[in-house]
Amino acid sequence: MAEKSTGPSGSALRWLGVAVAPAALALGFLWAGGWLSPHRVTQNRLMGELHKAGSYGHGFRRAHSKGVCVTGRFDASGAAASLSNAAIFQEHSVPVVGRFALGAGQPYVTDNPATVRSMALRLMPTDAPEWRTAMNNPPVLPLRDAQDASDFFASQRLDPETGKPDPARVKAFGATHPWLQAAADKNARRVISSGFADDTYHSLNSFLLVAENGTKTAVRWAMVPMQPMAPSDGKGEGRDYLFQKLIADIHDHPLQWRMVMTVAGPHDAVNDPSQTWAQEDRTIDAGTLTLNTVESEEDGPCTGLTFDPLVLPPGIVASNDPILQLRSAAYMRSFALRSGEKRGSSAITPAMTQTPESESGKKS
Amino acid sequence: MNPAPSFSPLARVLHWLMAVMILSMLFIGIFMASSVGPNYHRLVTLHRPLGIAILVLALLRLTYRLRSSPPPLPNDLPAVMKLAAKVSHILLYVLMIALPLVGWGMLSAGGYPIPLWGNSVLLPPILPHNPTVWSWLRYAHTVLAFTLFGLVLAHISAALFHGLIRRDTVLQSMTHTKTSL
Ligand code: HEM
Ligand code: HEM
Ligand code: HEM
Repeated sequence: MAEKSTGPSGSALRWLGVAVAPAALALGFLWAGGWLSPHRVTQNRLMGELHKAGSYGHGFRRAHSKGVCVTGRFDASGAAASLSNAAIFQEHSVPVVGRFALGAGQPYVTDNPATVRSMALRLMPTDAPEWRTAMNNPPVLPLRDAQDASDFFASQRLDPETGKPDPARVKAFGATHPWLQAAADKNARRVISSGFADDTYHSLNSFLLVAENGTKTAVRWAMVPMQPMAPSDGKGEGRDYLFQKLIADIHDHPLQWRMVMTVAGPHDAVNDPSQTWAQEDRTIDAGTLTLNTVESEEDGPCTGLTFDPLVLPPGIVASNDPILQLRSAAYMRSFALRSGEKRGSSAITPAMTQTPESESGKKS
Repeated sequence: MNPAPSFSPLARVLHWLMAVMILSMLFIGIFMASSVGPNYHRLVTLHRPLGIAILVLALLRLTYRLRSSPPPLPNDLPAVMKLAAKVSHILLYVLMIALPLVGWGMLSAGGYPIPLWGNSVLLPPILPHNPTVWSWLRYAHTVLAFTLFGLVLAHISAALFHGLIRRDTVLQSMTHTKTSL
């Protein structure tokens, strides 16, 4: 092999040649990972903001930390089958694992009627891919995109002096996000129900149903209770009263909800969850959810998974609503973090979810 | 001068195809895991099949590699450099196979359905549902991906060192059919 010699400047250039390509790649990697873009809303940043806003962590969900597992089934009415070829809209007795929770990030928070309540479902047809959905009780989401969400969680940061969000920050968020005012007002005016069983839970985000022939239809949906709705009297009655009531209700009789799909009208915003849809939109009763067992989260079937709203079966796809992707990313990160942590006991213990019969059986 | 031996055309095609795929995957991965939109879902959807394709190609490539003999390194290469080359190549093979397996395994342990194409073609789980394992493997996926990236950078530096500084036959053995210096 021939040894070619070059002058010192030639060899410096050649060394530069060796260094440039890896250095450029390394720089590109740093950029891609967000290290050069301090303003990017990243998964870590959202988790940090939730933490500073009082999310407890320690093995619990970063949001909706206090909850119980439920199981039951879903029976399709068939009415949505023309809009979506998802198996779930045609089958009967599809097994369901679900979770009721309070939206707060504190697993031992005292139940308060005004706190956001949620219902999350994992619907598992035996012969088709599963569907997960996580829904909240306010009728509209006062956030439009990732930046709004990040700004909002940052505004909820707890002041170490008071242990509460700084009112000035909260006000500033409202003032700098006037486009969210209508949604916030609508949520503030909502009638709050007495408990989990008579509450309505909304998808808030929009999705597309895909029919057999490929036609796509934008929808939002809500789980509407078949139990009569009684308004809350506005007072809490003990730390766990909402959950105790839910447990007693399920032990007393199965709880049922209708899944009502709202089809987007011509003027409805699909890509903006902070916009309420028109009153006269067509609705479809897609089927009935029946929940008949309730368990503590400790070793319950809803703990070791995350209700990622983008776990969708064939026949349902994500819309261009930006909050959907943000949720998918955040739920995965929260799920990874909490699954690696040592978890304390749940506020709602296995003893609390025991059926009265099995309890009295034990005593006698 | 004798023509220096090269890697076979198949070895070279696999090498360069996979180099592009793996570098793309590293960038897609790090980008999506630090973002929440607007391309997050699209990238995750691409990341899975591309990763599985790398797994399949890596297994083919390894099988082929074990049955054929690559061109020898130059005789005058110091022994430690030969050893470094050998060890780093083995590690590259290990990571090309381990990383997609960890990705697949972690989603299995996390209880996620694993769509390969659209949302009707799913991969079967390769591990039982276990959230602790999911958390560990998710962490391992990051650590292994960063290790692979570091190794690739060193590998490229070494290739360029051979081509530009030592100016031996090594770089050409992967770029040219036959070389005579
Ligand atoms: C806007 C930004 C949002 C962020 C950053 C966010 C974040 C989170 C996180 C980190 C979790 C815990 C996930 C886990 O560890 O498994 C969670 C749970 C949940 N979120 Fe969200 N969320 C957002 C919006 C929404 C919306 C719009 C809804 C309802 C339509 C919603 C409904 C739920 C429900 C129901 C759960 C609990 C699921 C369960 O019971 O396991 N979230 N959220
Ligand atoms: C050679 C193949 C692969 C490479 C180079 C690769 C690379 C990466 C990288 C660099 C990350 C970001 C890590 C972080 O910053 O924490 C990542 C995340 C991830 N990868 Fe892979 N990966 C590969 C294969 C796979 C496969 C086969 C799957 C699944 C079937 C997969 C699923 C994931 C998931 C789910 C994430 C996390 C996304 C998130 O946190 O939002 N990867 N990957
Ligand atoms: C993701 C990127 C890459 C990966 C994973 C990779 C992987 C590998 C592996 C495993 C080998 C050993 C082949 C064998 O013995 O079977 C190899 C050889 C080689 N690679 Fe790469 N490579 C990458 C990128 C590159 C780049 C960008 C260059 C050039 C600048 C390069 C230049 C070479 C050369 C010259 C050899 C031959 C080494 C020898 O003769 O032993 N590689 N590569």
